[in-house]
Amino acid sequence: MSARFDWKWIPRGIALGILAFVIFGPLANLLLWTVTERWYFPHVLPLKYGFSFWANVFSPRGNAMSSLGTSVFIATLTVILSLGLAIPAGYALARLRLPFRGLILLALLIPQAFPNLPVYVNIARIFYQYGLNGTILGVVLVHVTHGLVYAVWIATAAFSAIDRELEEAARSMGASALRGFWDVTLPIAAPGLLASAIFVFLESLDEFTGTYFVGAPDVTTLPLLLYTAGAGGNYQIASITALILLVPSIAFMFVVERFLRSDVLSKVGH
Amino acid sequence: MERSIILARLCNKGRGGLSQRGISLNAFLEVVNARVLYGQNEVLKGVNLAVEKGEFVALLGSSGCGKTTLLRSIAGFNTPASGAIRVNGRDVTGLPPDKRGMALVFQSYALWPHMTVDQNIGYGLKLRRMPKATIEARVTEIKRLLGLDALGARKPANLSGGQRQRVALGRALAIQPDILLLDEPLSNLDARIRLTVRHEITALQRRLGITAVHVTHDREEAMVMADRIVILNNGEIAQVGTPEDVYNRPASDFVAAFMGAENLIELSAVTKGDRVEIAAGSFNSAAVASARGRTLSGPLNARFRGESVELSDAGGAILSVQGDGSLRLSGVVEQTSYPGGLWRHVIAVGPAHVIVDSPRSFEIGRRVSIRIPEEALFLFPKQ
Repeated sequence: MSARFDWKWIPRGIALGILAFVIFGPLANLLLWTVTERWYFPHVLPLKYGFSFWANVFSPRGNAMSSLGTSVFIATLTVILSLGLAIPAGYALARLRLPFRGLILLALLIPQAFPNLPVYVNIARIFYQYGLNGTILGVVLVHVTHGLVYAVWIATAAFSAIDRELEEAARSMGASALRGFWDVTLPIAAPGLLASAIFVFLESLDEFTGTYFVGAPDVTTLPLLLYTAGAGGNYQIASITALILLVPSIAFMFVVERFLRSDVLSKVGH
Repeated sequence: MERSIILARLCNKGRGGLSQRGISLNAFLEVVNARVLYGQNEVLKGVNLAVEKGEFVALLGSSGCGKTTLLRSIAGFNTPASGAIRVNGRDVTGLPPDKRGMALVFQSYALWPHMTVDQNIGYGLKLRRMPKATIEARVTEIKRLLGLDALGARKPANLSGGQRQRVALGRALAIQPDILLLDEPLSNLDARIRLTVRHEITALQRRLGITAVHVTHDREEAMVMADRIVILNNGEIAQVGTPEDVYNRPASDFVAAFMGAENLIELSAVTKGDRVEIAAGSFNSAAVASARGRTLSGPLNARFRGESVELSDAGGAILSVQGDGSLRLSGVVEQTSYPGGLWRHVIAVGPAHVIVDSPRSFEIGRRVSIRIPEEALFLFPKQ
């Protein structure tokens, strides 16, 4: 008995191949550039491979490490501030019968709803009056407005997914409202909150436009460094920086995928 | 003198001993005229209830009757719009649930999924800042009491329904509450486990001398477990009494039907002195019942249980007054079935259908006579 070849697989194979190329082509190009010493038109592959640009990036004069430090510092502050706001806000939105609950959730989307550029130009103008331009705090505030959507929406969903009776059981055992929240609600919501923290962290790590208008040139984050290097035609530096940015994103995505349970996801935005 | 006190105490330990003295002056838990509103909807319409120390009271009613609302009001999760809740004479109406000295066992058990069995049971003790060794000892004791010895390190997700139920009960018992509140804790168990857990809970409650309020929609569960049953209907108390009281002396048509007297016949009667004289009708004989202080005249609803009557072949003059004053109905068998033990017959009595059990079966189409003894017949004025 001969296995019959299914002709339908030919268009499917082509479609999958194109999809893979669209996703992995740029990534492969990026990886190639990070180990390139010399590569110019019309050559298909680099002429010389090496790690001299890595040494350059990680050298004390290279800025990359200090930018990475600034980026992580800003992202961490952004996470703390966002979650500090999102935990009480999310709990209130999930538990209390708030009027205009839907409107409040929608209002958090507004910074994303308008074109970024005019928004940030105006934020920069306002921040200039308060001396926030070019400060870490200014950049953190911009990132928080951006990250708060994820933080509040996911926190609301995480708290909504918790059965109210679990909290009532704590009250019945003699816990005050705050103690019950601390001992029961927060630990059960922790995976969801962790996922939202990771989203906010990555969002902040990647953010370019707002950082550029509010932070540059005094605050240099990794995306800004990447932009400068890319604009200067230094593809090796740009690619290595991009790779550094990519690592935490991919690592965290695996974590998020594990922690964000479907019962929480199904409540996002409700 | 002393001996009589001890004797009295001993007597009080017996089932229903406390409550049979009637309404108490020093109730331990009191609900006074509690009204609870959900929006415009009045869920409790002025409920009064007194529970004595050590008593087991069941709140019985169909779904939506307000029994869970009443329990949650006692626990402090609902605030009554008016009225008061008192524990040992102290008004707790405004107190939050954690300040009431009560423990609630939830229908869903509400075990904390991130804590082990030990941590679940010990949580209330940890809140009371007890030393670690004391907590451990108490948790071990509770586990032994409930047969959970080997399960201390497990998370609730890895327990069976019956085990979860016992952990929930253990968590509530660990804090030695003044009042134990149970919200249908048996309804999620399968039927066979439920029967044993019923007895376990009542035995524990008696042994520890805890005052307990138990919500259920299961008539038999309430009868078996409680010293006193409170039947709720539509946000109001329909009757309060011992299991024998509510079963044999239902105070209203609703209670009679709820307690299983589902067969309904319409009669007409006149009260003369202490006798209710039931007039003969086209399908019933004349009969006499004692009035017991009631004045029943005009159209009546008569209710009886299918298992407390006698079924026989229709004789000659069945509709004449019988010597014992009991009521006889004449009807035709329409359907028979054998649910086990007794034969069940659906009998057409005029326009009405009644269900009657009998040790022998009567074939379909046969004319039969149903004898209802006076104590099995519940009479209420027709609304």
